[in-house]
Amino acid sequence: MKQHKTIISGKVYVVGDNIDTDQIIPAQYLNLVPTIPAEYVQLGSYAMAGLPDGYPPFVKKGETGSEYLVIVAGRNFGCGSSREHAPVALGAAGIRAVVAESYSRIFYRNAIATGELYPCESLERLCDDFVTGDLVEVDVESGIVTRKKSGKSVKLRPLGPVIPVISAGGLFEYARREGMI
Amino acid sequence: MTITERILAKAAGKDSVRPGDNVWVKVDVLLTHDICGPGTIGVFQQEFGKTAKVWDSDKVVIVPDHYIFTKDEKAHRNIDILRAFVKEQGIRNYYDPGTPHYKGVCHVALPQEGHVRPGEVIFGTDSHTCTHGALGAFATGIGNTDAAFVMGTGRLLIRVPETIRFTIDGKLPAWVMAKDVILRIIGDIGVDGANYCAMEFCGSAISSMDVEERMTICNMAIEAGAKNGIIAPDEKAMDYVKARTKKTISPVYGDEDAAVKMERTYKADTLEACVAEPHLPSNYAPARERSNVKLDRAYIGSCTGGKITDFVAAASILFGRKVSIDTFLAPATASVAAELKTRKIKGKTLVEIFESAGCRQIAPPSCAACLGGPVDTYGRTSGKEVVISTTNRNFIGRMGSKDAPIFLASPLTTAASAIAGHIADPKEFIR
Repeated sequence: MKQHKTIISGKVYVVGDNIDTDQIIPAQYLNLVPTIPAEYVQLGSYAMAGLPDGYPPFVKKGETGSEYLVIVAGRNFGCGSSREHAPVALGAAGIRAVVAESYSRIFYRNAIATGELYPCESLERLCDDFVTGDLVEVDVESGIVTRKKSGKSVKLRPLGPVIPVISAGGLFEYARREGMI
Repeated sequence: MTITERILAKAAGKDSVRPGDNVWVKVDVLLTHDICGPGTIGVFQQEFGKTAKVWDSDKVVIVPDHYIFTKDEKAHRNIDILRAFVKEQGIRNYYDPGTPHYKGVCHVALPQEGHVRPGEVIFGTDSHTCTHGALGAFATGIGNTDAAFVMGTGRLLIRVPETIRFTIDGKLPAWVMAKDVILRIIGDIGVDGANYCAMEFCGSAISSMDVEERMTICNMAIEAGAKNGIIAPDEKAMDYVKARTKKTISPVYGDEDAAVKMERTYKADTLEACVAEPHLPSNYAPARERSNVKLDRAYIGSCTGGKITDFVAAASILFGRKVSIDTFLAPATASVAAELKTRKIKGKTLVEIFESAGCRQIAPPSCAACLGGPVDTYGRTSGKEVVISTTNRNFIGRMGSKDAPIFLASPLTTAASAIAGHIADPKEFIR
């Protein structure tokens, strides 16, 4: 879902390092076209379907969206293929932000261009600390993640000029808003 | 400036650029295929209008290759979307499945058809677009939205990457291929070791490589997180390009004293045949240390390992021998498939060699099982098959089944292992 709010409150889903785009959206679903509305929804229902068994379900069976709003990840999130279906599937499932240690460049760029989610970078490793189901608030503008349970906050790397592009809804919406096209 | 910086400066109309600069570049080639093309077209038409025309129909190249030989209805529907678009836009560089024009794997077809020229800027909706740096172009993968932007404007805003230089000097042993070189490099720096960087390859071992081997190296730059892979175009590269295009070629070169982020040097004669173990391309191990790994399947194909050079290498090992495991062969393009029938080793065609060795029926050209695909895809894993493959990724589930572990290797190592039934060093099989 292309979203505009820069304060995101909800549950986190925690994953490790090197979550590649085959895990985020397996290749067999790439016959779905993201610009066809019914197929956009379907992509959301298959988000993270490639994760190995052992991870809790990201999308519950029979549902099209996820109960989680934020993903907390380790290094190199979104590595592998350039498929834009990856940030699209996550956004379609309801994810509003990812907080990762680092990103692969194509995924990072695609997340911004599509406006589907904020690709936030943590300054330390969080995925060993946070637990799936934790309630958090991500303040994208201030660059802070707060855990509701403990009240503790963690700083993020400032996203800077990326924020207005995503909050506008992506590259084209931003370019139109700025009178570029 | 490095070669990458100079190409981007030229494309941006600037005298010079520095790593970290954000520049608008003019695009020379936009590549897409059947799984990202429809989505790119969707965004293009949404944003520029249903009747909008692409910025230059001669610069758009559409090569269907991913889901071709399948009954999947959506895959067929996606080809129809491409057909309608190229017709309405007057795009001639389209290679339609089911016709004599069909080519197959986009990253092997693109240079074959003369669309890769040194000094140019190539964007593709596929991460292995970095392959084309082998011919001295700046080539990198982008998503559908960026590609739609290029379709409408012919430009893209990109950040100039820092360069990491890899020098491979000396002579590679006869049983060591380009695939072994790049797997060793990725093993040394990690899957994000070259994040956002240009990986530049040079040295006498690189110069000795033929163009297809150079493509194998640049192809896997993305597996180290690189923005692009690149090799300065020498006479070999220029001859290859000139034989395939009538267009003017304006190669670009870097300055020898240009600053780079990091340098690594390898002595070619110390390199070994290797594998990348499950589940990361960076899990390097010498093949001779993994002979305890029993295999169920061998797969030879993809833009990384399905070119004619790769099949000749495999056939040189399989000649007069038999495979002991299921061995799948997926030539990358129609011309590779055709050459399998005519190229000979000791009087036997490659097809005859593979048949005598007991390999499976050769697939029609496409990406096939490199990325799994629809369930009826040739070579797709469905259970716990332990696979050795000449492809580029071994993430969990990459070739179909989450329970089927994948070892990446060169065509020589893959062929040797197919005979042995376990991971085997081709050193023992070379004649």
